[in-house]
Amino acid sequence: MARITSSRLFWPVAMLVALAIIDVIVFPGFFTIQVREGALYGSVIDILRNGAPTLMIAIGMTLVIATKGIDLSVGSVCAIAGAVAAAIILGSPNPDSVATTVIAIATAVAVSLVLGVWNGVLIAVLGIQPIVATLILMTAGRGIAMLITKGQIITVSSDSFRYLGSGVIFGVPFAVVAAIITVAIAGALTRRTALGLFIESTGINPRASRMAGIRARGLLILVYVFCALCSAVAGLILTSSQTAADANNTGLFIELDAILAVVIGGTSLMGGRYSLWGTVVGALVIQTLVTTVYTVGIPPIVTMVFKAAVVTAVCLLQSPKTAEYMSAWRRRRALSAEVASS
Amino acid sequence: MTLTRKGKTPMPTNVERSRWGLHSIRDAFTNPKYGPVIVTGLLLIGMFIYGMSQYRGFNDPQIVVNLLIDNAHLVVLAVGMTFVILTAGIDLSVGAVLALATMMTASLAQSGLPAGVIIPIILIATTGLGFLVGIMVHYFDIQPFIATLAAMFLARGLCYVISAKSISIDAPFFTVLGQTRLTFLGLSVTPSVIVAVVVVIIAVIVLRYTRFGRTVYAIGGSEQSAQLMGLPVARTKVLVYAISGFCSGLAGVLYTFYTLSGYALTAVGTELDAIAAVVIGGTLLTGGYGSVLGSVLGVLVLGTIQTLITFDGSLTSWWTKIFIGALLLIFIVLQKILTLRRA
Repeated sequence: MARITSSRLFWPVAMLVALAIIDVIVFPGFFTIQVREGALYGSVIDILRNGAPTLMIAIGMTLVIATKGIDLSVGSVCAIAGAVAAAIILGSPNPDSVATTVIAIATAVAVSLVLGVWNGVLIAVLGIQPIVATLILMTAGRGIAMLITKGQIITVSSDSFRYLGSGVIFGVPFAVVAAIITVAIAGALTRRTALGLFIESTGINPRASRMAGIRARGLLILVYVFCALCSAVAGLILTSSQTAADANNTGLFIELDAILAVVIGGTSLMGGRYSLWGTVVGALVIQTLVTTVYTVGIPPIVTMVFKAAVVTAVCLLQSPKTAEYMSAWRRRRALSAEVASS
Repeated sequence: MTLTRKGKTPMPTNVERSRWGLHSIRDAFTNPKYGPVIVTGLLLIGMFIYGMSQYRGFNDPQIVVNLLIDNAHLVVLAVGMTFVILTAGIDLSVGAVLALATMMTASLAQSGLPAGVIIPIILIATTGLGFLVGIMVHYFDIQPFIATLAAMFLARGLCYVISAKSISIDAPFFTVLGQTRLTFLGLSVTPSVIVAVVVVIIAVIVLRYTRFGRTVYAIGGSEQSAQLMGLPVARTKVLVYAISGFCSGLAGVLYTFYTLSGYALTAVGTELDAIAAVVIGGTLLTGGYGSVLGSVLGVLVLGTIQTLITFDGSLTSWWTKIFIGALLLIFIVLQKILTLRRA
C-alpha cells in the first residue's frame, strides 16, 4: 500500500478515478461508447478529443519544464500556426485539395520551427530566464498572428483541412491519434535513448552537465523547438475544429492548462525529473474536470475557480514544506499523547 | 563583501579617475541601478521628438497628461508589480484581480451600497487575496509564478461567478468621479491621475526611506543574505504580495471610473503590460535593482507607443503588441549585458 501511495502517479490517477466516479453517478451513461457512421461517440471520446490539443502541448511543456524552463508562448504559437495555415488556404485557388492543405500544414510547422529556435536561442545562447524569454513571444506572437490574419477571423472552408479537427481513423478522432503519436514520439526519444537522461541532468545543473560532455545548449534549443512543434500541431487542430483562425482567441490560456497538466502529473517545476505518463493523466484530469463541471450543470466558465482550487491543492500537497509541517505536527501530537499517558 | 551575491558585487569606485569624464558617463550607463532607467528616459524623449517631427499636435503638453489619464490604472498596477519583482518574484494575477475588482464594484454599486463602503471592501478583499498568495509563496515554498497563476484563475473564475455579462455602473459617486476634470496649469487631469500620482509618491518614499523598503531590495539581492542579516524576510515577502493585491484592487476601482462598468474579460493580458512596464523601467527581473519611477517611465513608454500608432493611422493597433515585445527583448538583453559587465 505504501508503495502504491508513494508513487508519483498515485494522486493524479486517484483524482481521475474520483472524477470518473462523480461522472458516473451524475450521468449514468458516462462510459457508454457508441459507433455512429464509423466513428466512436460518447463522453469519454469527447474528453479525449477535446483534451488532445492541451495534451500535445503539455507533452512539449513537460520536456521544457524538465530542463527547469517554462514556455509561455505556446498559445501564441498555436495562433500563429493556425493563422499561417488559414491564410495559405484562403489565398489558394483550390482550397479543398489535399496538396494545398499539405503545403499549409508544412508552412505552419516550418514557421513554428523558427519560433522554437528563437525561444531556444534566447534561453540557451543569450541566457535569458525562460519565463521572460517566452513572455516576449507570448506578447508579440498574438500581434504577429493578427498581422497574418489582417486582424480578422479567417474562416477556413477546406474539406481536406477539416480532417485535422473532425476526421476519424478507425473510428478514433484524428486529434486523439495525433496526441497518441506525440506521446509515443516523446516517449521513444526520451525513454528509449539517453536524451531523457540528458534533459534531466540539464534540468538539475546545466553547467555540470556541460562539463560532463552534454551539449546543453543544443539540447535546450531542441526542447523548445519540440514544444513549439507540438503547439503548432495543436494550433492546427484547434483551428481546423473551429473552422476558423482567430488570432486573439485560438489557444488563449492554453499555456496555463498545459502547465497545470504537467504539475498535476507530478513533474516538479524545479526541473530535473519528469513523467510523461503523469502529464497524460494530468491532461485527462483537467479535461474530465471541465466535462464534469459541465455535466453537473455548473456554468462552464466557472471551471476556472475549480482549476484554481486544483492547482492550489496539488501544489500544496507536493510542497516539501507541507510534508515538513505535517510531520512536525504529528510529532508534537505523539509527544503530547505520550505525556498524557505517562 | 561576503554578503553580496556573486555577480552583483559593486565595481570598485574610480576615485582616482576624473569624476566628470567619459568614465562617469560609461559608468552611469552600465550601472544596473541607473543604466536601464537612463536608456528608457532617452527612449521616451526620442519617441517624443520623433512624434513632434512627424505629427502635428504632438507637442501639446496635454498629450503627456492624456497618457497618464488613459494609463492611471496601469501605473498603479506597475507600482505593485515593482515591489514584487524587486524581491525576484512575479505576480501574474494582477489583470484578473483588476477585473474582479471592477466586477465587485459594479455589482455592489448595483445593489445600492454607498461608495464609501464598496471601495474599502474591495481593497480589503484584494489585499487579502494577495496576502494568501504571499503565504503560499513564502511558507509553502510554491513558486511565485504558480501561486499567482492559481490566484489568476481564481479571480477570473470569480468574475464569471458574479456575472458573465457586463454590468454598468450608474451610481452618482462613480459617474461624477469619472467625468470630473481638474485643471492644473492649463492641463486637465482626472481624479484617477491624482490617485496614481499619490500611490507613486508613497511607493517611492516607502522603498527609499523605510526599513521595509530596504528589506525588499535586500531580499532581491539575496534572500539568504537577508535572512542571515536578521531582516524580517517572511513578513516582507508576504507583505509585498499583499501590496500587489492592494494595488490591483485600487487599479480596478480606478478602471471603473474610466469605463463605468464591470466586465469579466476586462484587462486580459494586462499583467504582461505591467511586467513589461516594470522591465522597460529598468527593474531587474532577478530582483534587487529598480525603482518605481522607472516603472512609471515604462508605462509612459508603452502609452507613447500606443499614441504614436494612433497618430500614424496607417499602422494597425496590433503593431502595439509587436513593438512592446521588441522593446521587452531589447531591455532584457540590455539588462543581461549590464549584469554580465558587473560579474
